[in-house]
Amino acid sequence: MERRDAIIIGGGPAGLSAARRFSELGIAATVLEREQQAGGVPRHCGHLGFGWQSHRRIWTGPRFAAQLRADSAALDVRAGHTVLGIDGDILRVQNARGIHEMAAGKILLATGTRETPRAPRFVGGSRPRGVMTTGALQANIYLQNFAPFARPVIIGTELVSFSAILTCRHLCIRPVAMIEAKDRISAPRPGDLVAQFVYGVPVWTRTKLIAIEGRSQVEAVEIEREGSHERVACDGVIFTGEWVPEASLLVNRPKVTLAGNVHGALKTSGACWREGRAIAEKMAGELA
Amino acid sequence: MQRSFDIAVIGGGVVGLAILRRFAMAGLSAVLLERGADILSGASKGNSALLHTGFDAPAGSLELACMQAGYAEYIAIRDRLNLPLVKSSALVVAWSEEEGSKLGGIVAKAHANGVADVRHVAREELLRIEPQLSPAAKAAVLVPGEHIIDAWSAPLAYAHQALAHGAVILRHAEVTGGEFVNGVWTLAGKAGPVTARVVINAAGNFGDLVEAIARPSPFTITPRRGQFVVFDKPASQLVHTIILPVPAERTKGVVLFRTAFGNLAIGPTAEDVTEREVAATDTATLEKLKSRALEMVPALQGIGVNAIYAGLRPATEHKDYVIEALPGRGWITVGGIRSTGLTASLGIAQHAAGLYVTHFGALPNPVEPIWTPVPNLTEVRPRPYMQGGEIVCHCEWVTRGEIERALEGPLPAGDLGGLKRRTRAMMGRCQGFNCSAHVEAIFREKIHGAA
Repeated sequence: MERRDAIIIGGGPAGLSAARRFSELGIAATVLEREQQAGGVPRHCGHLGFGWQSHRRIWTGPRFAAQLRADSAALDVRAGHTVLGIDGDILRVQNARGIHEMAAGKILLATGTRETPRAPRFVGGSRPRGVMTTGALQANIYLQNFAPFARPVIIGTELVSFSAILTCRHLCIRPVAMIEAKDRISAPRPGDLVAQFVYGVPVWTRTKLIAIEGRSQVEAVEIEREGSHERVACDGVIFTGEWVPEASLLVNRPKVTLAGNVHGALKTSGACWREGRAIAEKMAGELA
Repeated sequence: MQRSFDIAVIGGGVVGLAILRRFAMAGLSAVLLERGADILSGASKGNSALLHTGFDAPAGSLELACMQAGYAEYIAIRDRLNLPLVKSSALVVAWSEEEGSKLGGIVAKAHANGVADVRHVAREELLRIEPQLSPAAKAAVLVPGEHIIDAWSAPLAYAHQALAHGAVILRHAEVTGGEFVNGVWTLAGKAGPVTARVVINAAGNFGDLVEAIARPSPFTITPRRGQFVVFDKPASQLVHTIILPVPAERTKGVVLFRTAFGNLAIGPTAEDVTEREVAATDTATLEKLKSRALEMVPALQGIGVNAIYAGLRPATEHKDYVIEALPGRGWITVGGIRSTGLTASLGIAQHAAGLYVTHFGALPNPVEPIWTPVPNLTEVRPRPYMQGGEIVCHCEWVTRGEIERALEGPLPAGDLGGLKRRTRAMMGRCQGFNCSAHVEAIFREKIHGAA
């Protein structure tokens, strides 16, 4: 069985920066990335805002992801490798050829986070097409060049919700409205004013999504706005934010260290990158 | 395209497909007409995927006979079709003294129905079998023969076996009318005219409307909606058996059950609705289902919900199935097949073949069966990712190869729902956050040839 000093699960900003730091400190580390290409979530964030904390540049997400891959070109980054489970210091790993086991001195889990989709939010109604998270929308638009709808509503007002607006604009999709159940938006103000006046998307606070209607594609949503119910015509629903860690590998409570967005409050890609480095340094000290 | 058949089955749910398979394997030429973009688009789409013994079915009913015949045939053929059986057994749990007083009757009824291994279980043994069950449980009835299956792969296997025996399946083929002239039906509809000597109405939630083509329908469908909540995989470690309630008058009640895919689900509710096609969920009911699950198994607290869904079962004013032949009219009615249809489908098909022989003629000598194993989606049998390949759906470990194969062959997925049912892609905890754009691109490329 192959044994490595450190195995990093997840090749996003945190995992790749940790791998690089391990390498600088002379530790044999391997990154296992389940997608066919490393880079993580920035790969499908097509707008600007990436790279400042790590490279003192302002790039798009894909450009930043490409830089991270270039920075780790000499490292052992294995794309297309899925960790199925962790048992002590043994990892069950799947790849194109089958399943094998690897042993690790230390395991760093950097599997990131995902948005809460419709089901656990218990939003009722039918199940038409055109309902997705921001992440899925970005992958459709920036990776597949596919517009899944023309006039969606956006559920939530976190920073990522504004990223959803930018993503929509890339293929001339015009959101009908942003909906927020609370009294004020989750992202810092004046995000609502920017949405409304720069991008032409009204922000409705104290508004709750009740149900989704439509047979094949979304046709409308039912909302509750300050006590009264309304039907708003639209052809898509974007569920944004309410981040949950991608932590299914923690089920049996293995002994692992966490880095990046798999733990704590949501961090920017730059903050994840820095945390990956810092945690790798600390782990290297423990390995020495 | 062939337009003239011995048999035309209306409805591509589990019942229609089992019937198509039975007649095709008996050597008759058979066509199936399905209104949806894919098979299993109606009542068969959303059920609880349990294989029932019939222990609680009405004594002497056709439903009971079909369930028991269907159960036996499923067990007999499942290995050759690569269909799973998750042996779980069921517990009918009493949560009050009043419910506890009904358990004796349930055991007696089961024994009368020929399910001899059903027995009473005292509280101590119940909590030994299910240690995570709330201590509020009083006692139970153990039904060792109730098991978990895959509600979509089974009918898909029946469809493939029918196709291998020369049957034709037409989708987007809603039947809108028909005429019976000189012993031959000509069915009109979206797929153009189709003629057949015998028409079999297995139209599920549209059964009474289709029946009106042949006669004033002796039954009226009132779709009964059932909502479900599906918990994430760690939940399935908490419960081993199917937890049934002591039945109320009208339905079997809300069941807590593992799925063949390693989840834990609760449902269905029973709500009479008028809508025949779109099964909607509502927040209040979902919240109630979740609370009920947490009451039954407190350790579920904190485990995420992966999916919510609803199904529509074709309930009628009759307690039993309505299955009969119209001699001289070339018609067999298969109506009002409710939640037991998945278990009963193979038995219903046997019964329909019997009605054909009685009223419409002998069946040709059956040919040697051609077995068409379907891809396995459950962890109880080997899955493709174990042999390697590119995993596209990371929550359910679905490979690119599985997705591509589901879009090829004689019955490719007709829509994204059909692709999900054939592969489980996008049905896990992230509900497509990671893979849906990729999966849908593969779908568009394969089905529409668009990049």
